[in-house]
Amino acid sequence: MSYLMAAEEGHTNPLLPNIWEIAITAIGFLILLFIVTKYVVPMFESIYQDRKEAIEGGLAKAEKAQAEAAAARAEYNQQLESARLEAQKIREEARAEGEAILADYKQRATVEATRITDNAQKTIEAERSAALISLRSEVGTLATALAGKIVGESLNDDERSNRVVDRFLADLETEQRNAGATR
Amino acid sequence: MISNGLVVAAGYTAPTVEEMHLPDFFQIGSFGFGKQMLLVLLSVVIVSWFFLAAGRKRAMVPSRTQFLAESGYLFTRNSLGKQLIGVHHFKPFVPLLFTSFFFVLVNNLYGSIPLVQLPSFSHAGSAYAIAIIAFLVWVGVGIKRKGLGAFFKDLTMPPGVPPVLYIILVPIELLSNLIIRPVTHALRLFATMFGGHLAMMVAASLVAYMATQLGGIAAVGAIAPTALGLFLFFLELMIQVIQAYIFTLLLAVYLQGSVSEGH
Repeated sequence: MSYLMAAEEGHTNPLLPNIWEIAITAIGFLILLFIVTKYVVPMFESIYQDRKEAIEGGLAKAEKAQAEAAAARAEYNQQLESARLEAQKIREEARAEGEAILADYKQRATVEATRITDNAQKTIEAERSAALISLRSEVGTLATALAGKIVGESLNDDERSNRVVDRFLADLETEQRNAGATR
Repeated sequence: MISNGLVVAAGYTAPTVEEMHLPDFFQIGSFGFGKQMLLVLLSVVIVSWFFLAAGRKRAMVPSRTQFLAESGYLFTRNSLGKQLIGVHHFKPFVPLLFTSFFFVLVNNLYGSIPLVQLPSFSHAGSAYAIAIIAFLVWVGVGIKRKGLGAFFKDLTMPPGVPPVLYIILVPIELLSNLIIRPVTHALRLFATMFGGHLAMMVAASLVAYMATQLGGIAAVGAIAPTALGLFLFFLELMIQVIQAYIFTLLLAVYLQGSVSEGH
């Protein structure tokens, strides 16, 4: 018996449905549709969403980290630059200070040296004056004594002898000054 | 011997439709529960179990199973839903498209599983059932979104046509969209599954017949129907997947017509 003959007989026409098959299939389909709507689709949507967020969050985080690193590097560079400037400034200041100190010391040394020289000159001058004065009196006395011995006792008269000595010394000084001027 | 266009060797009995309808497991009144119904209900369990188990961990880095399930989900969501129905409207229909695709797919693949070997939709009733549901949904959605008048106007009166032609067009479009569309939606699925199943049965019965009944050297001839059967097996496998895709694709296209404004 062939399929076509069977179909002609009608009771096995494959196009005629079994009503219970329609019912069972429809029920099965609707149950599955319910499960899918209620559980499967929300689950996969949430997985999809979570993953999207995770990836986007990761990207955002990486971007943020990169930005932070760039900022840190810029700050570091800035700090380095400012440190360099600071160092240069300090160096300049130190040099300036050193120079100032040096100049100050030089100045002080010069002043001191001048002072010492002045003192020495003053001392020399004073000593010289003292020496001159004592020499003058001594020379006067000696000369008077010598002259007295030579000329006799006549020069014991103090007043006269003093006048003679003074004239002599004045002449001596004049001679000396003239000699100093010509020299 | 030639009978009804079939060349039938003497002593060979071709398989019949009755053999596709095995005796029911049990019967309550007119309700008989058989292998086909069991398989249909089993498919509900298989699909929901697989996807719920695969996605249970909600892992950021998916396991192979989860990846497979996600790919399947995203396929129905994006390739069928988003691209056909449109970015703005597809979201509410994702569950329906997902259910359609995997329900039909599993029920079709039964035909290629050894020992099971019964595509559920080779029984017309099942194909009618889901085609009716699909029909009710797209018509319902269309009426709800556009209102009854606008829905029928969009359905039967394509724009850019001289008004006179509407006299012919309206009945044609009505017939085409409201009767032929759901009928073909069901029959396309049913016929491919039915035909494929029958062809497999014929090939298998020929192998059995030639190997056991002819005897001697002629039994070697059974290689031919074996090769045919193998070829048909892979062809059927392909058709089973393609038909699941086409059924859902058409549903998406119909829904797109129901949600889009005008043509």
